[in-house]
Parts: sequence; structure tokens; C-alpha cells
Amino acid sequence: MEQALEILFTASFWVAAIRIASPLIFATMGELICERAGVLNLGIEGIMTVGAFAGWFTVYSGGDLWTGVAIAALAGAMFGLLHATLTVPLGLSQHVVGIGITLLATSLTYFTYRLALPEVTSPPKIEPFQPLPIPGLSQIPVVGEALFAQTPLTYLAFATVAVVAWVLYRTPLGLAMRAAGENPSAVEAQGISVTGIRMGAVMAGSALMAVGGAFLTMSAFNSFFFEMINGRGWICIALVVFGSWRPGKALLGAILFAAFDAYQIRLQQLSGGVVPYQVFLMMPYVLSILALVLVARRATYPKALMIPYQKGER
Amino acid sequence: MRLEPKPAPSLAATLAYPVAAIAATLVVASLLVLAAGASPFSVFYLVAKGAAGSQFALLETLTRATPLIFTGLAVAVAFRARLWNIGAEAQLYIGAVVTVVLGTGALPLPSGLLIPIIIVAAMAAGALLLAGPAVLKTRFGVDEVVTTLLLNFIVLLFVSMLLEGPLKDPMGLGWPQSSKVIAEAQLPRIIQGKRLHYGFVLALVAAFAMWVVMKKTVLGYEMRAVGHNPEAARFAGIPVNRVLMKTALLSGGLAALAGFSEVAGLKGNLTLDLSPGFGYSGIVVAMLAMLNPLGVVASAIFVAGIFVGADAMSRAAGVPSYIADVMVATALLSMVTAILFSRYRVRWR
Repeated sequence: MEQALEILFTASFWVAAIRIASPLIFATMGELICERAGVLNLGIEGIMTVGAFAGWFTVYSGGDLWTGVAIAALAGAMFGLLHATLTVPLGLSQHVVGIGITLLATSLTYFTYRLALPEVTSPPKIEPFQPLPIPGLSQIPVVGEALFAQTPLTYLAFATVAVVAWVLYRTPLGLAMRAAGENPSAVEAQGISVTGIRMGAVMAGSALMAVGGAFLTMSAFNSFFFEMINGRGWICIALVVFGSWRPGKALLGAILFAAFDAYQIRLQQLSGGVVPYQVFLMMPYVLSILALVLVARRATYPKALMIPYQKGER
Repeated sequence: MRLEPKPAPSLAATLAYPVAAIAATLVVASLLVLAAGASPFSVFYLVAKGAAGSQFALLETLTRATPLIFTGLAVAVAFRARLWNIGAEAQLYIGAVVTVVLGTGALPLPSGLLIPIIIVAAMAAGALLLAGPAVLKTRFGVDEVVTTLLLNFIVLLFVSMLLEGPLKDPMGLGWPQSSKVIAEAQLPRIIQGKRLHYGFVLALVAAFAMWVVMKKTVLGYEMRAVGHNPEAARFAGIPVNRVLMKTALLSGGLAALAGFSEVAGLKGNLTLDLSPGFGYSGIVVAMLAMLNPLGVVASAIFVAGIFVGADAMSRAAGVPSYIADVMVATALLSMVTAILFSRYRVRWR
């Protein structure tokens, strides 16, 4: 019991928690942008898969790491464009299209992987992002190691939250985005195109999701394998609800969730096989459902979420 | 641009759009085949031959279509009432678990009693599994898409736990698999010596039954009304939440039958790879059928044919069999787009 508590005070635990949180932060911010503009993006799981592969494969084929991140973002944006074209101007069901995008993106990734690497039995490795301790700050005990001795992509994840929050709440573009998700006619009345705002938001959001996927292959691990996203996308959708569509709260949710995930891995080692390991692996998913139930009563969805907008229609 | 409703389309126009959707799918697939360095025509020929070119191929396609009919029906019924059940995969596995628990000798009964008992129990388990997310939706307002998706992962881990624990086959040489179900719990084969089993017949019966429910019963009418406009349905005195609960029970039960039929009809035991995503493919099957229960049979056979044909083609032509998954996903997206264009026209400005 004492040991179980001691874990919480070790630096390695918090380092792991922040590392686990990073891909979730990217993807949660991506989903948040889409939903704030009024579009539920269920393509997230597939788009993360694409990003994980595109980034890794770029580096594997000789590109440098940041080019890999850019290619991943671009690939994500392309699937975002497809999603947005079908759901925004054409107004098709966001549920059906989203699942379709996930199926398409995942299968295209697997097809490409098999085509590009037909012979491999164990996944080839790349040289991933290395930790980049920030001088001074990383010397602070526990907190410093956890926050300031991570890889550059983790810093980028935290910067993304700040940028998303700033854009959403401090710029005219953010105001238009939030309004597109709450009251699209008001946006149109200002002479701004709701279609344009929503499509842009879905593309930008999808790019972030893809970078979240790329984090897994380029920073957390160093190779791509099938089913590696493993429901993280769906968890991010839960995190957006849990964070009541606010970047800061969603960040907190992602870290809380990741801390729990890191904790269950350590508990699993402590328990010494008395409890089946599957019980521990289930916890993140169970926790996500519990979190949803907890906040559902007071959740204030963007009012126009999942409602297609047609110009001149009321 | 804006979308304007079209006047009722002619029969030719109604048929032209699905054909266009299939053509678009073939174009996408051709590009992938070319990327793989093979010839699209010979690959499509091999897929068609592998799916329907011989008695063996045809029977294999129908065998593969069986679980897809069940999951397709489960999705079609749920989506009709706008209950977004993306958890057919989990319900399938729960149905399979119940089949193994009751079918491996726990109930020493003759076939005629044992099989109906297992069917009812499996359906009840699948129904209960979807009842959870349905209650969360109607009582707490929790979106069922996320909960059903997350349950897929939870249930698969649960099955893995059972297969390494209480359900582990003592004769399984350490593999995570269950014992085989006893002979009395097995569905007989339709043709002696072939893999096609009576689960296929059960699937056809289920499809017809669902068609009757959707078109001829009050419940079916209420489900369509709730799916069309829940506010209006509530205003018209339809108990929306109760209808959603009934829909969930029906949908979960249907998906569980897929697990039952795969274990009792085909595999004989439960493993972690019982379903290569039948639950997710069921969504495509249902959408291609435009949520029509009888259409589900046709679209399940079509989708199964692509998978079976692509497996055969992949061995012969060296194009990765994942092309089948790409084709199925593309068919889904192009079909929903085609349906839209058959009902609306685009007006620029």
C-alpha cells in the first residue's frame, strides 16, 4: 500500500505521465477545434493512424524528423479536407462519414505499409526525437524532470494548447469559429462564410490529430505497428467532453488521464500477477466512460454541433 | 453553393447513383492496384473469380456473409432510430462468450433444446451490453458513440481475460482459446463437407423478421419516427426513450447472434481473432443497404465477396489484401454521397 502511494512522488512516474499525455493533447486539441466549429470528427482514430505512419515513414525513407511531423500534419489535413467536404457543404451525417474516414484512413495506411515494406517481419526502427532538457528549469526536482526534460514534440503539444486557447478566445477568427459552432447564422450575417470556417477548422484539427499519432511513432516509440492507436482517438473525444470544450480544462483532463494510465502500469507491476493484467489495461477505457457520465449532466455542447448549416435556411 | 431537393427521381436515376458509387470505388481501387504494380483488370477478375468463380468460392462468400448479415442488421435497426451503435464488435464477442459458456457441456441437453436456449441467452447478453450505453444516453445524456466504441476495447480485454482464465482450453497447448462446443450445440452444415452452416439460414430469417418489424409493426413505425425527428416524435406522444431502449435491446441481440453463429456454426470455439472487424464492417453493410433489412442480405454478400475475393487475389497477384478494406470504406463514403445527390441537386449561388 505504501509502495502504491510512493509511486506518485517519483519523478519517473510524472515523466511517463507527461509523455503519455502528449499525443492525447495534440489529438484532443484537434477534436476540440472541430467540435467548437460545429463538426464532430469521428475520423480521429484513423487520422491518428495515418499520422503515425506518415511521420514515421518519412523519417524511415531518409527525411528528417521535423519534415516527418510536417508530412504527418499534411496527410491529416488531407483526410480532414475529405471529411469536411462531405460533412460541411454536403451536410452528410457526421457519424457515418467519421466512421467511414476512420475505416478508410486505417485501411489505406495498412495497405501502404504492406506495399512499402512487404518483407519485414518485425517493424523497422527509426532514430526518434531525443529528450531536450531545458537548462535551469529541468534541474527543479520532480516537476522539472517531468515538464522540462521531454522531447521537443511534448513542448510543441503544450504550445499548441496555448495557441489554440489564444486563437479561440483572443482573435476574431476564434470568435467566428466559436460562433460557427453555436449560432452559424450570426456568422453568416457578419459576411463570414460558415462553410469556410468549418472546413478550415476540420482541416487544422485533423492535422493536429495526425501529429498526435506521429508522436507515438517518432517520440514515444520508434517504429510503426498495426493497431497502435488502440482507441486513443476515441478517448480524446471523451476528453473533449470532459474538458467542456475548453483547451485548458481539456489539457488538465489529458494529464489527469495520462497520470492514471501511468499509475495503472506501475500498479500492474506491483500487483505481481494476482490481478489479471487485462483488468489494468481496461482501466483507461472504463475511466473515460466514467468521466463522461460524471460531466454529462452539466455538459454544454456547442449548440450547432452535428447540425449541418445551409446558407439562407432557418 | 446550396442543396435543393429534387422532385421524386425516376427508377433509372435511383439506380444510376449506386452504380456511380461502385464505379468510383473501382477507380480508387484501380489506382491502388496500379501503385502496387499490377493490372487493375486482372486483379478485379481475380477478385470476382475468388468471390464467385466456383462453387467453393460462392459458398465461402456466403459463409463470410453470415456474421455480416447479423451485424449489418444490428446497425441498420439502431441507425434507423438514430441510436449510433458502433459497438457491434463487443456485442458479437459477448454472444460468442455465452455460446461457449453454455455450449461446452454445462447444459447436457439435446440439440433441439440446447441451441434455442443458447440463442436466447446470447441475444440477452448482447442486448444487455447495449442497454448500458442506451441507459447512459437516455438518463444522463452521454453520447452513445463514444461509450459503445470504448466498450469494444473493454470487452475484447474481458474476453482475453476469460481465455487465459476460466474459459481456457486445458487441451489448448497454452493458446488463449476456449474448448470446443459439444456436438449438440453445433449448428449443422447445409451441405455435408462444406463450411456453409445453418447460421446463414438463421441470418436470412432474422433479416426477414427485421423487415417485418420495421415495416409492419408499431415499434418499427416508432423507431423510424424517433430517427426522423425525436422532438416531433415526442410531441406526437411516442415514448422516445422507451423506443430507444427497445431499439438497443434488439440491436445488441442481433449483433450477439453473429458471435453465436460463428462459434456454433463455423469455428467451434472462441479465440481472440473470432471477428476480423465484423462489427465495424456491419456499419458499411447497413449503409450500403440504406438501412433496409432485406437489402442488408445483399450488401453483406457483396462486402463478403470483396473480402473473400481479395484474399484469393492477394495470394495470386501479390497486391496486399487490405485493398478489400479500402474498397469497402470507399464504397461507404461514395454511397452516402451518391444517395445525397440522388435526392438533392447542387445549386451554385
